[in-house]
Amino acid sequence: MSKTPLVEVKNLKQYFPIKTGLFKTEMLKAVDDVSFYINEGETLGLVGESGCGKTTVGRTLLHLYEPTAGEILYEGTPVTEKNIFSMRKKMQMVFQDPYSSLDPRMTVEDIIGEPLDVHKLYSSRGERREKILHLMELVGLNAEHATRYAHEFSGGQRQRIGIARALAVDPKFIVCDEPVSALDVSIQAQVINMFEELQEKLGVAYLFIAHDLLVVHHISKRIAVMYMGKIVETGTADDVNYNSIHPYTCSLMSAVPIPDPDYIRGRKRIVLEGDVPSPLHMPSGCPFRTRCNHACEKCAEAMPPLTDRGNGHMVACWVK
Amino acid sequence: MGNDKMPKKNPLSAQINLSKFNSFMFEKASDEEKRQQDVMSESTTFFKDGMRKLFKNPLAVGSIVVLGLILITIIVAPMIVPYHYEEILSVDGVRDKGAKNLAPFTYSKLEQQYIDNGGYRFPHIFGTDEQCRDYFVRVVYGTRVSLIVGFFASIIVLFLGMLYGSISGYLGGKVDLIMMRIVDVIYSLPDMLIIILLSVVLQTILNFSPGSLLASLGTNMISLFIVFGLLYWVGMARLIRGQILSIKQNEYILAAKSIGAPTGMIIKRHILPNCLSVIIISTALQIPSAIFTESYLSFVGLGVQAPMPSLGSLANAARGGLQSYPYKLMFPALAICLIVLSFNLLGDGLRDAFDPKLKK
Repeated sequence: MSKTPLVEVKNLKQYFPIKTGLFKTEMLKAVDDVSFYINEGETLGLVGESGCGKTTVGRTLLHLYEPTAGEILYEGTPVTEKNIFSMRKKMQMVFQDPYSSLDPRMTVEDIIGEPLDVHKLYSSRGERREKILHLMELVGLNAEHATRYAHEFSGGQRQRIGIARALAVDPKFIVCDEPVSALDVSIQAQVINMFEELQEKLGVAYLFIAHDLLVVHHISKRIAVMYMGKIVETGTADDVNYNSIHPYTCSLMSAVPIPDPDYIRGRKRIVLEGDVPSPLHMPSGCPFRTRCNHACEKCAEAMPPLTDRGNGHMVACWVK
Repeated sequence: MGNDKMPKKNPLSAQINLSKFNSFMFEKASDEEKRQQDVMSESTTFFKDGMRKLFKNPLAVGSIVVLGLILITIIVAPMIVPYHYEEILSVDGVRDKGAKNLAPFTYSKLEQQYIDNGGYRFPHIFGTDEQCRDYFVRVVYGTRVSLIVGFFASIIVLFLGMLYGSISGYLGGKVDLIMMRIVDVIYSLPDMLIIILLSVVLQTILNFSPGSLLASLGTNMISLFIVFGLLYWVGMARLIRGQILSIKQNEYILAAKSIGAPTGMIIKRHILPNCLSVIIISTALQIPSAIFTESYLSFVGLGVQAPMPSLGSLANAARGGLQSYPYKLMFPALAICLIVLSFNLLGDGLRDAFDPKLKK
């Protein structure tokens, strides 16, 4: 790790004030002390259940929320409110819902052309159109779709438009916020393959947020698992998938549907007891201890730090 | 055919790789089939779709026709009718004292004499008023004034309400809170009282040189515009703020932010076009309410200044001779009714056609 990573996040915290009473505000710790890095042209998968702060991490990375604390470094330079405009040429985002992330009153041409307009990346209208058509070709859309409105497309095509928009400024890093979870399985495969091909072609790095473990394993080089705003396990995709150590990751992996009845019968499913605790009233120490089979007294006292278990496989657990 | 080469597969396309097949395995689509494809994939925009629905609504189409006819009348009629709205009728340069309160399509003695001598007099379609002026022209000019007031007042309301509402709704938080409390305060002011007070105060402040356009409109009219500008925009501001609050939640706004689009651009490009339907509808409904207010004020004597007619002041003038000449109240009243009713029906039609929440 001598080279500076493309994007590095250090101790990122994102708290939201929530009004709980007339004069009482409590802090909702959506993201609490998260650190990770992404190298150039690499994909980091971010998994976790709903409401664990995956999306917040992605949005905070692009300063769509002002981070409460912590640092975001792009090629070693901190991303701040001041330089965010130029940083947005290097970091972009693909959104989860292809139906609400495209303006229904704009044509495809204008949607894809908007980043070009904002950053003034063309000198003439002809050049703008040329760039837009090139982007559309890149994501597998026909040139004749340019004058259409977003509602005339299917979910997969809409997501392609969203991807073309993110690619318009020629970014080095794209946050993909559950880009396939709103699509059919068959379309998911197409879109994921396209993400991979684009990575090969353009050398972009992804932060791939998803809750589908198979998808994440397929596309990512490394995976980080989040639980209640904290990263509990991170490592190479294979390590996290096949040699998972943290009890939460283990239970996630045991829940992955595998189309092999014989294997499923022999597999032991780890079913978690209880519900996710309220993020407003986090349990002391390790947030997972209320549902963990291995919890001991130490878990209630302090949050376990991420410790290296070899090969960069970091796990935050006292017991295992 | 000469070019039987298969199209090359786009490397990222999800299409079947056609190079695996031979060209003879396929049959060329006939022109008929191609045309079917064209029809199926015709692109409809939101606007086109709304217009199509609007023209299916008979009430809306009817009111468009009525408004169109009224519009043509008030533009064309003053060109054809040789009388002026403040002109006291005269025949051959001699003041026609007998042309007072004539019934529709009748002539005074002097005019009849003139016609009998081979001269031509344009008929008094609605008769004349008690000051020997052609009533039809006065009603036409009154309608003109009322419509102009309606449009301009609506535009003022629209502009201010849109500006205020979009800023308040978009920025949200404390800014929104303070801006909306100001709106609440303005909302609670009694508008009629303010109009009366303003027209009194403005009379002394505004000193137009006689003969200018503003002077002929009269201070009452100006104060009416000012009142619309000061008071009536709050309803529009609230409406647009509410729209923007809901549009703001959409992911495409977040996407525009992540691109780096500045706030003004987001409002102009994404938010306003998306609440355009609501803006159109409420403007269409604002016009009759402005016309109604103007007529009402003119009726109580606070509207346009004489000799400029307006539908309200004509109705007020006709009140005196109601027993003898009921038709003189009927014409301006009918014009007000037709205009207000048509705009209201058109507004309803627009809402049905453009409001996505009402889609069946």
